[in-house]
This record gives sequence, C-alpha cells and structure tokens, in this order.
Amino acid sequence: MKETQAHQIEKDLKINYGPNKKFITVCAGTGCRAYGSLKVKEALEAELAKQNMQVDVLATGCLGFCEKGPMIVIHPDKYFYHSVKVEDVPEIVSKTIAKGEVISKLLYRDPDTKKTLFREEDLPFYKKQLRVVFGKNGMLEPTRIEDYLAIDGYQALGKVLSEMTPDDVINEVKKAGLRGRGGGGFPAAVKWEGVRRAHGDPKYVIANGDEGDPGAYMDRSLMEGNPHSVIEGMIIGAYTVGSNEGYIYVRNEYPLAVTHLTLAIEAAKKMGLLGKNILGTDFSFDIHISKGAGAFVCGESSALFASIEGRAGEPRAKYVHAVEKGLWDKPTVLNNVETWANVPLIINKGADWYASIGTEGSKGTKIFSLVGKINNTGLVEVPMGTTLYEIIYDMGGGIPGGRKFKAVQTGGPSGGCIPESLLDIPVDFDKLYEVGSMMGSGGMIVMDETSCMVDVARYFLAFLKEESCGKCVPCREGVKRMSDILEDICAGKGKDGDIEILEEMSKAITDGSLCALGGSAPNPVMSTIRYFREEYDAHIKEHRCPAGVCKALITYSIDAEKCTGCGLCAKVCSVRAITGEKKKAHIIDKDKCTRCGACIQSCKFDAINVK
Amino acid sequence: MVNFTVDGKNISVPKGTMLLEAIRDAGISIPSLCAHESVSRSGACRLCVVEIKKGNRTRIVTSCLYAAEDGLIVDTKSERVQNVRRLVMQLLLARCPESDVLQKMAEDMGVEGQPRFIVDTDKGKCILCRSCVRVCEEIVGVSAIGLFSRGSDKTVGTPFMEKSDVCIGCGACVYVCPTGHIVMTSTEDKRKIWGRTFKMQACEKCGKYFAPVDQLKYISKKTGTPLKEMMICTNCR
Repeated sequence: MKETQAHQIEKDLKINYGPNKKFITVCAGTGCRAYGSLKVKEALEAELAKQNMQVDVLATGCLGFCEKGPMIVIHPDKYFYHSVKVEDVPEIVSKTIAKGEVISKLLYRDPDTKKTLFREEDLPFYKKQLRVVFGKNGMLEPTRIEDYLAIDGYQALGKVLSEMTPDDVINEVKKAGLRGRGGGGFPAAVKWEGVRRAHGDPKYVIANGDEGDPGAYMDRSLMEGNPHSVIEGMIIGAYTVGSNEGYIYVRNEYPLAVTHLTLAIEAAKKMGLLGKNILGTDFSFDIHISKGAGAFVCGESSALFASIEGRAGEPRAKYVHAVEKGLWDKPTVLNNVETWANVPLIINKGADWYASIGTEGSKGTKIFSLVGKINNTGLVEVPMGTTLYEIIYDMGGGIPGGRKFKAVQTGGPSGGCIPESLLDIPVDFDKLYEVGSMMGSGGMIVMDETSCMVDVARYFLAFLKEESCGKCVPCREGVKRMSDILEDICAGKGKDGDIEILEEMSKAITDGSLCALGGSAPNPVMSTIRYFREEYDAHIKEHRCPAGVCKALITYSIDAEKCTGCGLCAKVCSVRAITGEKKKAHIIDKDKCTRCGACIQSCKFDAINVK
Repeated sequence: MVNFTVDGKNISVPKGTMLLEAIRDAGISIPSLCAHESVSRSGACRLCVVEIKKGNRTRIVTSCLYAAEDGLIVDTKSERVQNVRRLVMQLLLARCPESDVLQKMAEDMGVEGQPRFIVDTDKGKCILCRSCVRVCEEIVGVSAIGLFSRGSDKTVGTPFMEKSDVCIGCGACVYVCPTGHIVMTSTEDKRKIWGRTFKMQACEKCGKYFAPVDQLKYISKKTGTPLKEMMICTNCR
C-alpha cells in the first residue's frame, strides 16, 4: 500500500502534540456551549495574543462532566478548570499559562473530602471511569481530521486494509464480544457475517444516530466530539461485509453533529480515507448523511430504513431480517453510533484486550448519560459490569440535598425503573433485562424520594403515546389507554382493579405489538408496579401521593412551630393563597393554593408541609 | 412444499404460503381485519396473531405476514394469543363504538368491551387498517389518500383534507373498507366521496349512470383505450 498523505500528516502531528507541548483544550460540547464555552475560547485566544503568547486553543468535543461546564484543560500539566467564566481568562493566561501557577478557585473541590484536585483523572467523577471510546473527545478538535490522525486515527483502517481479510475482521470482532450499543445487544460480528454471506447487491452500512430517549445524549456527544471514530468504524464494517455505500442517520435536532459529520466525511474523502480506492486499494466506500425529523420510532431499524427511503417512518414486521432485506430490501448492517466507534479500538488494541474488559456476556465499556436527581449530571463511560451504585454514588456524586435515592430508570422511556435494593447489580445487557429493565442506548435517569413512581410511569407512557407511529392497534390504542388510566390515577380518579388492568394490558401489548416500541412501551408501568406497587395502592385506595408530586392528591400546609412569619412565602405566592401577620405563623388557603411549589422553594425554615 | 402442524393438525402447503392462508385452508378460523386479498399485507390490526414454536423458542407472530416453515408448531388458540386478540378487540370497540362489524366480530369471539376505556366519539368507524390507502396506491395507482399524523391522532384522508385533484372517484377504498367507514353518496348523475363531487357518465346504450367521468378518463389514459369506447356500461358491452 502506498504511503499516503494521511500517514505523513500523522507523523508531523505527533511531533507537534508531543508530551511537552503547551496547549489548552476547551470543552465545546453542546452542554458547555450552552454555558458559554465558545466565548471563553475566544477570550483565551484574544488574551494570549494580547500577552504575546503562542499557545494553541482547541475547541474539543464533550468531556462528559456537563454539570461543571465550561471546562478547560491546560496541557501539558493537565490542570482541570471548571465553571470557567470569561472574567477568569486574563488570570488564567497570566498565571497558569505564563507561570504555571494554578488558580485554586477554578479547580475542583471534592465535596466529600474537601480536597482540591488538580487533574481530570483525580476527580471522583472520572476516577472509576474507563474512557476508551469517549475519552478521545478531549484530545481533539472534531472539525480537524489532523487531530484524529494524531491520536492514531485511521490506523485501524490501515491495518484492516493491508493485513486483514474480511473474515479476519469478523473473527476479531467476534472474539472481542462486541454487542450492539443501541439497546438490543445483538452480537455485531454475527450481524456482519450475515450481511457478508447474504445475497443481494448493493449492500448497505448504516450508523443509527437517531438518539431519541429523553435525557440521553451520548451518541450526540460522540458524533459531535469524535465523528471520525464513527466513520472509521463504518469503513471497516463496509470493507468486512462488502459494501460500497453507507448512511449516517442523524436527527436534524443535532445540528452540531450534522455539521461535524459533514466536515469529517469531506476531510476523510480529501485524504483518500473515504470514497474511491480507499488508501490506494480497490475498495471504495462512500457515506451519506440522512437527516431525520426527530421521531423516536425512527430509531427502530425498519422505520429508520423507511425514513431514509423517503417514506413515513413506520416499522414493518421483521420476519425477514435486515441482514437479508434492509434498506431498499437489500442486505444491510445497521449499528448504533457507539457500536461503530468501538470498532477501531478493537482492531487497534486487539480482541483479547477488549474482551478482558467487562463481564462474561457483555464486553468492553458503555457510555451512560447520567441525569435526573443526581449531583454530577453528565456522560460516564464505564466497563460493563460496573454496579449501579458505583455509577450513581462514586461517579454521580449521589443525590442532591442529601435526599434519599428511590429508583433509576435505565434504557430510556421503554426501559424500567430499578429500586434501591438492586443498586448492587452489575450493569450489563443481560442483568438489566433480568431485573425488568434494559440497557437501551444508555440513558440513566435518577429519581429520589421526591419522585412519584406512578407519575414517572405516567410521564413515560405519555411520551410513548405521542411517539407511537400509529400503525398497529396494540401500540396506538393500547398505550394510549394505559396512559389514560395512569392520568386518572395521578388525578385521584384511579379505580380498584386498575393495577390488574394495566398488568393485563402490558402483557398483551408486549406480545401483540408490531415493533419494539410497542413491545417495550409497557416496561415503565410493569417495572414500577413490580417494585413500587404500594405507591399505586396509595394513589388508588387512599387518594394519596406519598412523594407529594401528584397535584390532585396533595395539600400544602404551614408548620406553625417552624414558621417564623417572615412573609417570604406570601410574597412569592402568585395566587395569594398565603396570609398571616408579620412574625406570626402564616396559613395557606387550600382552596386557592395551586400547589405550584414556589413557597417551598422560598421557605428557609422548612416550614411548609406537603401531604 | 412445507410441512408443519397447526393446533395438532398436520398441514402441507406450497413454500411461500402465509400462515393465515394455510391455516384457514385447513378449516381453522382466524379473525383478521386488515388482510384484504387485493392489497399487500401491513400487519396493522394484529387480530390474526398466532403462537409459533420453533426449536425451544415460542413467540407471537402475525399469521398474515409469516410464511409457513417446515417443522413449525403453530397454536392458534393459546392463552397469549387469546389475550392479544381480546385486547385488540376491546381497543377497537372503544375506538369505534358504532361499528356493527366490530360488534358482531367481538360477539363471535366472545369478547366484551372493557368498561374502563372511555369510548372515542371522533373516530367514526375507521380502525386505521389502511386497506383504503393501499388499494388507492397499489391497485388504482393514484394515491389520492394517505395517512397523516402519528399515534392515536393518525388519520386517513386526502392531503390537508382538501379536495383531491388526483382522486378519480372510483370508490375502491369504499369497497375494501372492512367497517364501512368511508362514505360515498350517489345520486343519478353525481357521486360524492372524500369531499369532492364527481360527474357520472351515462351509458350510451342503456342510459344508466355507471362510472365517474374522471375514472373513465383515467382508465383510457392508462390503457390506451379511446375514451369513446368506454362510454358503454359493462352490462351493455
């Protein structure tokens, strides 16, 4: 194989970004951008110019610790500054960049040990993570292919094209034990093998970037932060199955991902890594971007194909699998974005290394988006088999305000809620399924004692009711009726026997639905009934919401002993339901009260009771 | 030929036969609403589900879309099957309380409505089986009607519910509709469907109005038969 331009650039860059090179990375993931990280980057560049310093500033992809954005890392010392404001920039440049002094107010302080921590890897949030896929985000500017090449990017592709046959690749991926990260957990190598052997031409390779779960954004952050890793994985997959055409299906609500992917595809083509005769071989492969309109159901394979084909995103019965008849009825490999990003890693580091991470049945790492009632909101990448406890408490920093953990919802809207008693389970594909939830694409929504589990089920069913494509009866009508019943229960109109009806419907909807959306839609209901049945009973039989969430079932009152009569609550009450004399206990007019919760927020004496 | 068993009975059918046909031909009845013989299959109604056993794995499939396989063990009346059918029927009864077809079917199946469901009042008799949409696209070839919105708001109609320019007033959609939801009214020389009024052609021989002019024009264009030759009704031809 001829020496390519890509190889030369890679060599040059290794010198440029050597271990002693001084440069700054600014997290420019969507979360940090919202915090104003691009302004911080601009300010850094301006200040560096002002102080006559030649230091590169890289706008990288998401670093994961979204709770503390904007974040910057100063190399080569790797000082980690969080919650950086534009006002901090002159000091950063004159002290840290110029003299190597740290600014302690910008460093992370461990809330438990009260110790100040200097580097990213010292932070409890990062310490137990194994960021083999996601960690590269912090080392490159996603719009520059040179940065990806500098960290051994496209090495795996070079190796595959020069040393490996398609069967070698399949064997390697099989040995590694890679399973689909989109939720199904289907062995990737088996799928590839199926397409490689399938009759039909052309064959297609697709990356599923239609991340639709509320609160999940790991695929987004991968596509935005390291688009080349996804593309490299796809090219390797295409070579393996014998495909010359691929698609990345990404939702249009991810404009930054679309931009970065588009730029990455163009850059890879320019360097001969994509397009005709890749790296001088006779293998050609091209990738198109297909933008979806943001329908949850389009993450389902057959609906995704329909959407790419230009039809309404509706699934079809999959008795003939996509490996034989997928996009345009041709053999198709469809893998999730994260699955593809794992492929170069397996080739570079070897199947044995990869298979040494994880559990018996689930190998490698998984990225989770940790959101909800959690101190450290963000994205974590952990070895399969890490316990929920470690993720929520060690990395996530536990529940805010010292409140009590109640449940964690995994697997997105059609996943299940896992209670405290199961926090010690190792997280992998099979274990989560066993306890009535699923891996899904990796969403993790944490709930505490102020979350009502019936309300949670109601919320997810309302979401799924809206997102049902409406093709088959059990999903379209059934999920709607279940949602109606849950609305009733939360509104205090639940009836005896509702739980049994919900259980019966759940089974029939799971069995009878056309696709996985309907098939898994009852999960939030089934798992909350399984683990939190007493909360349903309290709503239906006692007309009581134990968590104090369902407005129709709660009343607000003021504890006369705790109330100091400061009058703050009366001031914030928009319906003037609170009255009382200064310095004397106030009272709430229950008829006027809309249970908005503003008074609770305002009270400094914990004097407002919700029952 | 493939050989398999249904409810303990051995059946042999040509390869490619769908379970629904194979089972019905064997004299075992299976309810269905969306599998019309003249259009492609969609698997939307889920009434024709059966339980299949293949090796150690048991699962529910729609018989209208699942091709018969050697050695398959099919159960058309298992508890899981009955549960799905009962729920589907109850859901359809709540959606279309006025449909006599559904009521009769439910009675035959021994299914009663679920009182916990509050019945819809705005869906008419449409169960969204999409037979009409398929016939308009696949047989007539004009795609005058389609589906829009999603979830329970899904509706069949012409684009933006406006009068369709491409509809030829043939009434194929009315013919395939299993519940009689689509309304077509005819007077002597006029036919009204999907909000549009069509002029009818009188037979040059007997004088009876027999087809919309637009339909005859469309057939003439498609088949190359001169329009003049089409002015005679099928009875007089």
